Amino acid sequence: MSDFFTEAVLIATVAGGIRLAVPLLLAALGETFGQRSGVLNLGVDGIMLLGAFTGYYTVLKTGNVWYGLLAGIAIGIVLGLASSLISVTLQAEQGISGIGVYLFGLGMSDLLFQRLVGTPVPITKFPKIDIPGLSDIPWLGGMFFSHSVVVYLAFLSVPVAMFIINKTNFGMNIRAVGENPEAADSLGVSVSRVRYATVTIGGTLAGAAGAALAIDLGIFQQNLTNAQGFIAIALVYFGAWRPLGVMAGALLYGFVNSLVLQFKTLGIIPQSWSDIAAMAPAIITILALVIVARRFRAPSALTKPFTRGT
Amino acid sequence: MASLGSARRSSYLAYSVPVLSVLVALIIGAIMLVMLDASPAEGVKAMFDGAFGSGEALISTALKATPLLLVGVGITIAFRANVINIGGEGQMVAGGLLSTATALWLGDALPALIMVPLVLIAGIIGGAIWGSVPGALKAYYGVNEILSTIMLNIVAVQLMNFLLRGPMIDPGEIDRGTRIPQTERLPEAADLPLILGSDRLHIGPLIAILAAIAAYILLWRTPLGYRVRAVGQNPDASKYAGIPVKRTVTLALTMSGAMAGLAGAVLVFGSESHRMVTDGSTAGFTGSAGFNGIVAALFGGLHPLWTIPASFLFGGLLVGGNALQRAVQVPSALILALNGLVVIFVVSTDRYKKLLRERASAAETAAKLAEQENEDPVPAAVGAVEDGPPDRAGPASDDAGGEQGSGEQ
Repeated sequence: MSDFFTEAVLIATVAGGIRLAVPLLLAALGETFGQRSGVLNLGVDGIMLLGAFTGYYTVLKTGNVWYGLLAGIAIGIVLGLASSLISVTLQAEQGISGIGVYLFGLGMSDLLFQRLVGTPVPITKFPKIDIPGLSDIPWLGGMFFSHSVVVYLAFLSVPVAMFIINKTNFGMNIRAVGENPEAADSLGVSVSRVRYATVTIGGTLAGAAGAALAIDLGIFQQNLTNAQGFIAIALVYFGAWRPLGVMAGALLYGFVNSLVLQFKTLGIIPQSWSDIAAMAPAIITILALVIVARRFRAPSALTKPFTRGT
Repeated sequence: MASLGSARRSSYLAYSVPVLSVLVALIIGAIMLVMLDASPAEGVKAMFDGAFGSGEALISTALKATPLLLVGVGITIAFRANVINIGGEGQMVAGGLLSTATALWLGDALPALIMVPLVLIAGIIGGAIWGSVPGALKAYYGVNEILSTIMLNIVAVQLMNFLLRGPMIDPGEIDRGTRIPQTERLPEAADLPLILGSDRLHIGPLIAILAAIAAYILLWRTPLGYRVRAVGQNPDASKYAGIPVKRTVTLALTMSGAMAGLAGAVLVFGSESHRMVTDGSTAGFTGSAGFNGIVAALFGGLHPLWTIPASFLFGGLLVGGNALQRAVQVPSALILALNGLVVIFVVSTDRYKKLLRERASAAETAAKLAEQENEDPVPAAVGAVEDGPPDRAGPASDDAGGEQGSGEQ
């Protein structure tokens, strides 16, 4: 255990936790928009997987990590629009249609990877940016100010999301549509247009999350996300539909995972017990779901399609 | 008469919607084959031959369909109570683990006649436990069951990895130092008996079909089934009618999990290696049946009996996918992607199907009333007893209604 309390290891653990939180944070923030407007998009993991493959493949071919991130975002927009079509226009049962998107993404990303790449080839990762001045602070510098641009952007998007949802007209419309679509509609707000926008934002961020994950790891493999998209959806509940809460959940997940990883590497817990330790985040999430279900109320119109005049 | 004809047309259209969904998905699959430089004609032929072309192919398909059917039946039970069970994967793992542990614990002491039912029941119990948790959390704490079942999938896979790498590992793996995470060869008395003189077709498919029939009887011929369907249709009214809504919801997810648990046990004791093995992922054990079972159940109109042919079809698709991979070197992941499309198409067209159904039943009622006015002054009760939720009523119950209609002419 004493191995753990050294500067290098502690810095690596905290910094690792922040890094691991990024894909979850991006995907969960996107999902927050959709859910606040009343749409549960269960297909996040599928979109993440396709974003991850597209990002990986683009970097593999161009060598440019930013093209990879943009490619992930582009595929996210397309799949976000498709998801909007499915749940808003066609009014499919949201608890199931997302599983379809997930299976499609899981199969398709694997198919494309096997057919176009075959054996995993490592790619360039995001460059680290040391923030001048701040990164030199002992301990804290290494933990918080020596990350890739994507990490900073992900955490910057938290206040941006808070501002959009709470302070703008668009945000007011999102909340109105999610709580009482009939009333919003009677005031001239287009329910479907707002929901198309939020679900597409969700898809975009999920695509970005997938690409960020693949480029951060520098690799792609079958089922790379390992259900992170589903965890992101749970984090939206965990954070009680608020960006700050969602961020807290993503960080908790990141830290617990980083800690388990670090403990395993240092041999503090035996290899076999690390499987038990890896259950911790899922169990914490279930407990958090119980607490949130008692204390907070989900958006009233969540999972309910809107039809005018009913 | 003209309106009765239009009723038929609308209702045929309603049935054809899921079939069209699969056709469209297959056409997209063919287009993808072209884009991947593989011959679609060759691909389709390889798939069909691989899945249905010979006796051995049919056996493979039946074996592949078995977990899909069991999980699908479980999905149906949960869905009738308006509960979405995405936790089939975890429940299969839980069932597989408990049945394996039971077999390891009992050893070679018991004869097959007792051993086989015991391990299958252990599987049912394992899955039931894994389903009861999200069921109770939903009923008593209002926790969204989609999320809790997914979280329990993650817990189950870690539990499986822990048990198969540690307490339940084959001692031989430790002696040899290979440490492959798998159990020892499970007691032979627990092997699922083979049937029809085949060397690999076991009683699994038969068990699954019986389970589907049992679920049908449970849902439509017992008070418990009535309560499950009532709660699914209108929980508030059910509460006023004195139905214990919370207990019924918990029970529905428990039964749903039990079916998936049975699927897990069938996978273990019907496997060729007769061991439980993990590759670190749930899909490695379940073959994604926990998700593909949802596809089969949806395609079967969420009716236990129609899920039987639906599972056979999707089992064939999965077996055909492997043949496809061998024949034209297109990864079988294609089938998973197409399954996803089928789900999307089926649920996206659901509203359209409902509209067609409503039109059909309205036209039929009008036609019947018109006829009765002509022939019989006393109006008979038409459609007094609804068989299942009107929006998702299985084709079987509608067929019964159709026969009544023609009998009156």
